[in-house]
Amino acid sequence: MKNPNSTQILGGRLIDPANGIDRVTDIFIKHGKIAAIGEPPEEFTPQRTIDASNQIVCPGLVDLSARMREPGQEHIATIASETALAARSGITTLCCPPDTDPVIDTPAVVTLLLRRAKRSARARLLPIGAMTQQLAGEYLSEMVALKRAGCVAMSNGYAPLANTLVERRALEYAATFDIMAILRPEDRHLRNNGYAHEGPVSARLGLPAIPEAAESVAVARDLALAEHTGCRIHFHLLSSGTAARMIEQAQQQRLKVSANVAAHQLHLTEMDIEDFDSNCHLNPPLRSLADRDALRSAVARGVIGAICSDHQPLEADAKEAPFPSTATGMSGLQTLLPLTLRLVDEGVLSLSEAIARVTCGPADILGLPYGRLQPGSSADICIFDPRAHWVLEAENMPSSGRNTPFIGWEFQGQVTHTLFEGRPVFQPDHSTHA
Amino acid sequence: MSKPNIQLDSQGRLKHFLTIDGLNRKMLTEILDTAESFTGVSERVVKKVPLLRGKTICNLFFENSTRTRTTFEVAAKRLSADVLNLNVSTSSTKKGETLLDTLRNLEAMHVDMFVIRHSDSGAAHFFATHAAPHISVINAGDGQHAHPTQAMLDMFTIRRHKQEFTGLRVAIVGDILHSRVARSQILALNTLGTSEVRVIAPRTLLPADLRTLGVHVFHDLEEGIRDVDVVIMLRLQKERMTGALLPSEHEYFQLYGLTEKRLKAAKPDAIVMHPGPINRGVEMDSQVADGPRSVILQQVSFGIAVRMAVMSIAMGTQAQGAAAR
Repeated sequence: MKNPNSTQILGGRLIDPANGIDRVTDIFIKHGKIAAIGEPPEEFTPQRTIDASNQIVCPGLVDLSARMREPGQEHIATIASETALAARSGITTLCCPPDTDPVIDTPAVVTLLLRRAKRSARARLLPIGAMTQQLAGEYLSEMVALKRAGCVAMSNGYAPLANTLVERRALEYAATFDIMAILRPEDRHLRNNGYAHEGPVSARLGLPAIPEAAESVAVARDLALAEHTGCRIHFHLLSSGTAARMIEQAQQQRLKVSANVAAHQLHLTEMDIEDFDSNCHLNPPLRSLADRDALRSAVARGVIGAICSDHQPLEADAKEAPFPSTATGMSGLQTLLPLTLRLVDEGVLSLSEAIARVTCGPADILGLPYGRLQPGSSADICIFDPRAHWVLEAENMPSSGRNTPFIGWEFQGQVTHTLFEGRPVFQPDHSTHA
Repeated sequence: MSKPNIQLDSQGRLKHFLTIDGLNRKMLTEILDTAESFTGVSERVVKKVPLLRGKTICNLFFENSTRTRTTFEVAAKRLSADVLNLNVSTSSTKKGETLLDTLRNLEAMHVDMFVIRHSDSGAAHFFATHAAPHISVINAGDGQHAHPTQAMLDMFTIRRHKQEFTGLRVAIVGDILHSRVARSQILALNTLGTSEVRVIAPRTLLPADLRTLGVHVFHDLEEGIRDVDVVIMLRLQKERMTGALLPSEHEYFQLYGLTEKRLKAAKPDAIVMHPGPINRGVEMDSQVADGPRSVILQQVSFGIAVRMAVMSIAMGTQAQGAAAR
């Protein structure tokens, strides 16, 4: 049966941090929504049963930043290819940054994206609108029209606003209509065409460097404007301990600010770019061990409420050049859950906290009703085997986006099933039955 | 888990020469000793040894350079190799060919060694990583990363004048931030056991965390060169003078320009070096550049012997002794 209306998941350890649940129980799904947890609802006839014994059942993952490369770069990846990869990775909601081609700065592009995502139907795609037209940092985009068309927030992508006055106006306008601004904090002038964190490794390798201050100066500016404008600001892709501390202070002063970090920033450091490994050419750059530890601590304390993949599939040629000439970014969907679970093994987070950072954490930041499992909520579910060991190998990755520094890493915890709106979008052939 | 050193073959011998980083004192000393055996070749009537006869060396310069390319070419020819000179910045890459395409095409011409200069740090590593197993890669300067043969010819010059590295104090003055030469010199000096390596520059011309490379940092020239045995002046590019890095040539010379008077702070027998070409009146005045302590021209002529040594060692031939044939 391809699309059963009712499914029961039996005997799994349900971890739903949003509702404080961590127990072995059953889940009953009807018409794409959670019908009941624990006892079956009246007159429930399952058309599909998933045996989840010895497995963990959690909400489908919510990823705040994943590039589909569509529209504009379909030769690299498509919504269909990347949502299929998301399904394999337990991710059911993907937020798509605005730097597509054309840029997501008109309702027409939003409509196009949503229509194509619906056709692929393996995950929910939520576009993030451009804060300024063409992301050029000069004229405000039609933020309200973009929101009405389906954008969940506004951002200027990887092109932080250089003009502070434009940023002030953008935040004021967004605040008027209760639109969240997602800012990638970076002072472009301090970045100064750098490629790596300013520290001992860039000094030795002679790589033009990006100081940590490029981020903290921007955070200071953005926080001042958040206070001035009252806009809800989400800081995207933190890389430094200083920035995390500044955001924590702002949160203590009850400013409406939140933050995320890319999963790889919690595991890699500047040392990983030794030998000019272009897969570690990332934006923001991999920083010091102290920064990594400070970011981990901020994630553990909830200052950073979400871990994202910052998925950026690239064609192979993009990384086949000397380090400074390579494109930044890594393919991250497949490693979002395993890298987050690794933080549990390493004693940084409890299992429940780890799952929260990739489910209700990001959903709550955007005010979305996903990343939680309760009667009436969308049946977006990830089931994984917490004991399964596996190795990330290039041969087993999809042809789009093999650009990751984690090839050869051994991970524990493997997704066995993903359900999106109650439908199985990833499953092993042998373990499901009607 | 440390990665294997890409520069060494499975027997631990030098296969590529990309950076000083990761090479030990014995290897650097072998290069210097081998170079010593080649210095006489240039003075013979027939300025050739047959060590690399039948081998093809390709000078692949993505960045303009006359001096370095010429010395590599002369060195290769003195080893009897066939030499191809390709100025790639004006050819294939302009037409959209990737670096990897360029490499594959040249490999198809059965080249045995690439000498690479490129504006990107790590370019020589990239070539060494992707080149066919029988090919050696020599870094002739990549971005701000490394220029190891220049550093070795500087070491050769220092050894000729000072015999030993232990007990020496060496000062490097100028734009360390953008200098691949300085990075390689610092690593080479420390590997060879130099007692103290100093760098002297305003903070705008110094990379962060430079002390981790094992140097003492000074911002005052006279204080920095006090009692040193060797002063290495670095070239300052004119465009750096008027940006936000430095206020003017005038102020730079006032603060960091080497004059006879300032040189008095160094040891009486201190030598003065410069990788060239010199900006007279900016890095140093003519009296110093042409004075008795300057060994700048010796650096150029030693450069050929050092590059012959590196090429012959990387090609796996036994240069010592053979050079005397």
